[in-house]
Amino acid sequence: MSNQQDNVTDYHTYPDATGHFGPYGGRFASETLMDALDELSAMYTKLKDDPDFRAEFDKDLAHYVGRPSPLYFAERLTQKWGGADIYLKREDLNHTGAHKVNNTIGQALLAKYSGKPRVIAETGAGQHGVATATVAARLGLECVVYMGAEDVERQKLNVYRMRMLGATVIPVTSGTQTLKDAMNEAMRDWVTNVDNTYYIIGTVAGPHPYPTLVRDFNSIIGREARRQIQEQAGALPDALVACVGGGSNAIGLFWEFLNDKGVAMYGVEAGGRGLSGNEHAAPLSKGRPGVLHGNRTYIMADDDGQIMGTHSVSAGLDYPGVGPEHAWLKDSGRAQYVAATDDEALDAFRELTRTEGIMPALESSHAVAYAKKLAVELGKGKRIIVNLSGRGDKDVHTVAALDGLSI
Amino acid sequence: MSRIAATFDRLNSQGRKALIPFVTAGDPRPDVTLPLMHALVEAGADVIELGMPFSDPMADGPAIQLANERALGNGMTLRKTLQIVTEFRRTNSETPVVLMGYLNPVEWMGYEAFVGLAAEAGVDGLLMVDMPPEEGGGLVPLAKAAGLDLIYLVTPTTTHERFNAIVERATGWIYYVSLKGITGAKTLNVEEVEQKLDWMRQHTDLPICVGFGISDGETAARVAKVASGVIVGSALVRIVEAQQSKGADEISSQVSQLLGDMRSAMDRP
Repeated sequence: MSNQQDNVTDYHTYPDATGHFGPYGGRFASETLMDALDELSAMYTKLKDDPDFRAEFDKDLAHYVGRPSPLYFAERLTQKWGGADIYLKREDLNHTGAHKVNNTIGQALLAKYSGKPRVIAETGAGQHGVATATVAARLGLECVVYMGAEDVERQKLNVYRMRMLGATVIPVTSGTQTLKDAMNEAMRDWVTNVDNTYYIIGTVAGPHPYPTLVRDFNSIIGREARRQIQEQAGALPDALVACVGGGSNAIGLFWEFLNDKGVAMYGVEAGGRGLSGNEHAAPLSKGRPGVLHGNRTYIMADDDGQIMGTHSVSAGLDYPGVGPEHAWLKDSGRAQYVAATDDEALDAFRELTRTEGIMPALESSHAVAYAKKLAVELGKGKRIIVNLSGRGDKDVHTVAALDGLSI
Repeated sequence: MSRIAATFDRLNSQGRKALIPFVTAGDPRPDVTLPLMHALVEAGADVIELGMPFSDPMADGPAIQLANERALGNGMTLRKTLQIVTEFRRTNSETPVVLMGYLNPVEWMGYEAFVGLAAEAGVDGLLMVDMPPEEGGGLVPLAKAAGLDLIYLVTPTTTHERFNAIVERATGWIYYVSLKGITGAKTLNVEEVEQKLDWMRQHTDLPICVGFGISDGETAARVAKVASGVIVGSALVRIVEAQQSKGADEISSQVSQLLGDMRSAMDRP
């Protein structure tokens, strides 16, 4: 793999004005959306440094989301694993139970400032859908959430939560009936209703400016973590570990540290039933660059360029693409991308639950699984921050089913 | 002169408008497409727009999405799409063929390989739905060098600045998407379309053809009065869907019937 890390002096200057991270990103969208994307870019450029907008966002994060989220030194887990010190960034403690709310709060503010009364979203595990339905309820916006029919089935609890919050959940039966198809449907809705509708994309993918603004809204994770670990340990971490589906929680943790070259970064993809077959969701590990959902990035496709169905025990990672900034960080060598299998993630889920009394989302369990290996590899005296992107309540029935129980 | 330009020249001199059917290559099965293309020409098609199937056709509606799924499910590929055009050219050297689709399969094959094979097969133009002018840097120069026209979409939301950037790059014709939304949507306001076309004509000499929302002869005729051509897709694809279990002849004859109705409605003085 190419390693051009030394050529990049400031990772914070990406993307360029046209939304490109090196060869990745950009705006591969149909003409109907281009004006809306231009408008969104212009509005975001104007607002992101606007003191009033920042103040409103920060206030919402503090008083509605409940930030800062703790950075928790997992002492028992550290002892059990016998290697590096493990710190958990507790995004699971946010309102709605995941990091997703950081972004939806930000984008709901953009929807409010753009005067659009209707928001739409796509969701895989349902965390982004719940976060969107939540902010829509709070702001009195109409909310429609697209969700693959298969995900509707395996995430019943979150579907019910969205409906209680007043959102309309539309099961998508086309294609593979998962997140990618939900994203297609949401784009279709947006194309049709672009005048009155704001599309809240849930991850750092999609056409420019989405990868940038979703990253910016989630970068609060790393800003807090950087300050917190310096307060608690008196030093920067040696490594960061986060799961990567689309990659929003990972980029949220990484971004603030990108120019700290001594901090290693690991994005953990869904290895599913193993990387040797096709039953995984690991485009950075096993895919190649292509174009999907409005950006150029690593994707999983067959020999003819058709997007492949993916598999992960975790609905939130079950996506054949990844945010373009991750593609760029991979090629530039700044971050390493690895994978954890379903089984490894489930073991990590159980281990963290039993050892620390913290039940992580199955997505986050992938990060925990890799952190276990890395902790041993790095050894004592080193520090690892693992992003606990969400809580595991929504996954309890999935785990129970694998244990042969129906609850 | 390109085959597309020659076609519009001929139509112009006859005082007629172009009828451009869209079908998805390989829908419902790969063996249906070649006979269907010949039948479309027979029924009055001036240009054929051939969809390159893609697993995630985000800007298309349910009818065309399902057409893509049928084609892929029956083993259609980009290479086979190009082979069908090669076959078509064996007996038809006049009717322009434009490939319409999404970038990823083309990226996967490689821009250079794709453009080479497309030109060799006798393809005349490309319409890449998810490649706006800003992102055409890789494909556009290769396509132009190979003599392939690049058809771009213009929509009701396209700003003046964007329109100028598009006409700078566009060749062949301009594809005006008559309404906001996806393919197969229902209503079409011909007066609005006419106003928009009048404005566009002040800025380009390219033919402007209108698609989206045209599903019967009467609408086709009304649109043909104001545009250089009429593109019809979802209405034909729905017939293919309804006839999918039938043989190629039956499917072709049903699809041709609607296209023939449109042709006669458009040609009526």
